[in-house]
Amino acid sequence: MLKLEHISKTFNSGTQNEKCALSDFSLSVEAGEYVTIIGANGAGKSTLFNAIAGSFFTDSGKITLDGKDITFAPAHERAREIGRIFQDPMLGTCPGMSIEENLAMAAKRGGWFSHITRADREFFREKLRALDMGLENRLDAQVGLLSGGQRQALTLLMATIVPPRLLLLDEHTAALDPGTAEKVLSLTETVIRENRLTCLMITHNMQSALDLGSRTLMLHQGGILMDVSGEERKGMGVSDLLERFRALSGAALDNDRMLLG
Amino acid sequence: MLLNLMQTALELGLLCALTTLALFLSYKMLNVCDLSTDGCFTLGAVVGAVVAIAGHPGLSLLAAMAAGVCSGFVVALLQTRCGLNSLLAGIIVNTGLYSVNIALMGGASMLNMNKTETVFSFVKDLLEGTVLSEQYRLLTALVFVLLALTALLLFLRTRLGLAIRATGNNPDCVRASSINPSFTTTVGLCASNALTALSGCLLAQSQKAVDINLGSGMVTIALAALLIGGTLVSKGGMTARALGAVAGAIIFRLIYALALRLHMPAFMLKLVSSVIVALCLALPYIRTQLPLWKRRRAHRKGEA
Repeated sequence: MLKLEHISKTFNSGTQNEKCALSDFSLSVEAGEYVTIIGANGAGKSTLFNAIAGSFFTDSGKITLDGKDITFAPAHERAREIGRIFQDPMLGTCPGMSIEENLAMAAKRGGWFSHITRADREFFREKLRALDMGLENRLDAQVGLLSGGQRQALTLLMATIVPPRLLLLDEHTAALDPGTAEKVLSLTETVIRENRLTCLMITHNMQSALDLGSRTLMLHQGGILMDVSGEERKGMGVSDLLERFRALSGAALDNDRMLLG
Repeated sequence: MLLNLMQTALELGLLCALTTLALFLSYKMLNVCDLSTDGCFTLGAVVGAVVAIAGHPGLSLLAAMAAGVCSGFVVALLQTRCGLNSLLAGIIVNTGLYSVNIALMGGASMLNMNKTETVFSFVKDLLEGTVLSEQYRLLTALVFVLLALTALLLFLRTRLGLAIRATGNNPDCVRASSINPSFTTTVGLCASNALTALSGCLLAQSQKAVDINLGSGMVTIALAALLIGGTLVSKGGMTARALGAVAGAIIFRLIYALALRLHMPAFMLKLVSSVIVALCLALPYIRTQLPLWKRRRAHRKGEA
């Protein structure tokens, strides 16, 4: 479904700050797969997402989505098939616009000159009710006035209101308080299940990396260090992950943001 | 005399309100400070005058707006396709338009429309003999402002309008909705400059003359009006804010008219507008810094 072939990306090429963020990176994801991704800071997790979503073009290699070559497709074109949610709840929504205006833009209903209709409002209200955040009666509220959790839930709704082929979640619950994070995560699970989305999720929580999804990747220095799925993954615990990392990389997994529990 | 002055101020305020609405679109919605406004205003005036003198008063408005669209398109092109900073793109186009405008006037720096049929003379003939015949300029300006206001507000509520507002808010969010922000920026600047050009065209026709300096300082005047409007209506919906912008333009002209009554020389207009803009833009910052200054002073006194 998603295929990355020999992708490379180097930042600040030719300077002292040269950083090879992805080197000869290859990955194939099947339709309906739910892949969790872990790795230390600077391992290339976000760079990988940026490459897939088209935030920049790669230095070499080829990216295909559903058999279509998207290596040089601009970000806004890829957004038709790829939804993305960032860690920062501020990034996915427009603060100066109301909830219904944000949703209307994401929902892509009607032509360029269509207005928000009563049917649209009813549709939005129904979708918002499913979030269970009390937003369904606040269609006219400015998004900038919502809490981080509410904004992230709205971002999730906006990213999936037209179900994408692929959903990229970049530590999308990391900036929320534990209760809200759990709620947004369970909403995410529901959306993925209901729409049978293919999903890649970056997480810094090793336990949820194993609990969620069907496959786990560990990135290290711009490449895939470990790729487990199926039976092998079922029996694994966090300590197994750490041990495997040590054995494969020859170093201890050292990351102050990594949650071991 | 005073009433007469007020009426002129109201007329000018309404005509400039179109430029204020244009900046409302580009500066407030799209978050682009379009410095080609001065040149575009004159461009609209010149194109409108040339077409009106050729005998097509109705067509002159459309021609002026089309010229504005072209000018806005070039500004957008420089920003979105050539990577120019948006301020620089505006300044460059503004400079270029000076030559274009003189060229359009056939090398002259002034055109006279004393005997030309214009939109205003058309309305004057229409109202001939009625009680409103004296107010023909005011009424024409009012009609155009209402038309522009309605069109703008309807436009901002369309999906394209929402995308333009979102571009000023969070371009990444626009991309995520699979809309190209370059496209929305281009459409926004074209629409905004069409309004600016229409504003210039109408002002020139109401004054029955156009000269090359007609638009100079217009961007500051319109910004001042926009900021006054913003202070009037700081909260509230799109309609309230747009109405605030129009009110700001009128208030600005009224204050200016009063200042003229108090024997302020006419050439002071631009300094006054500069001061208003500078104050309006600086005040929010100064307000945030004030507690710090106070604390620092108290701190220094405590030490001494």
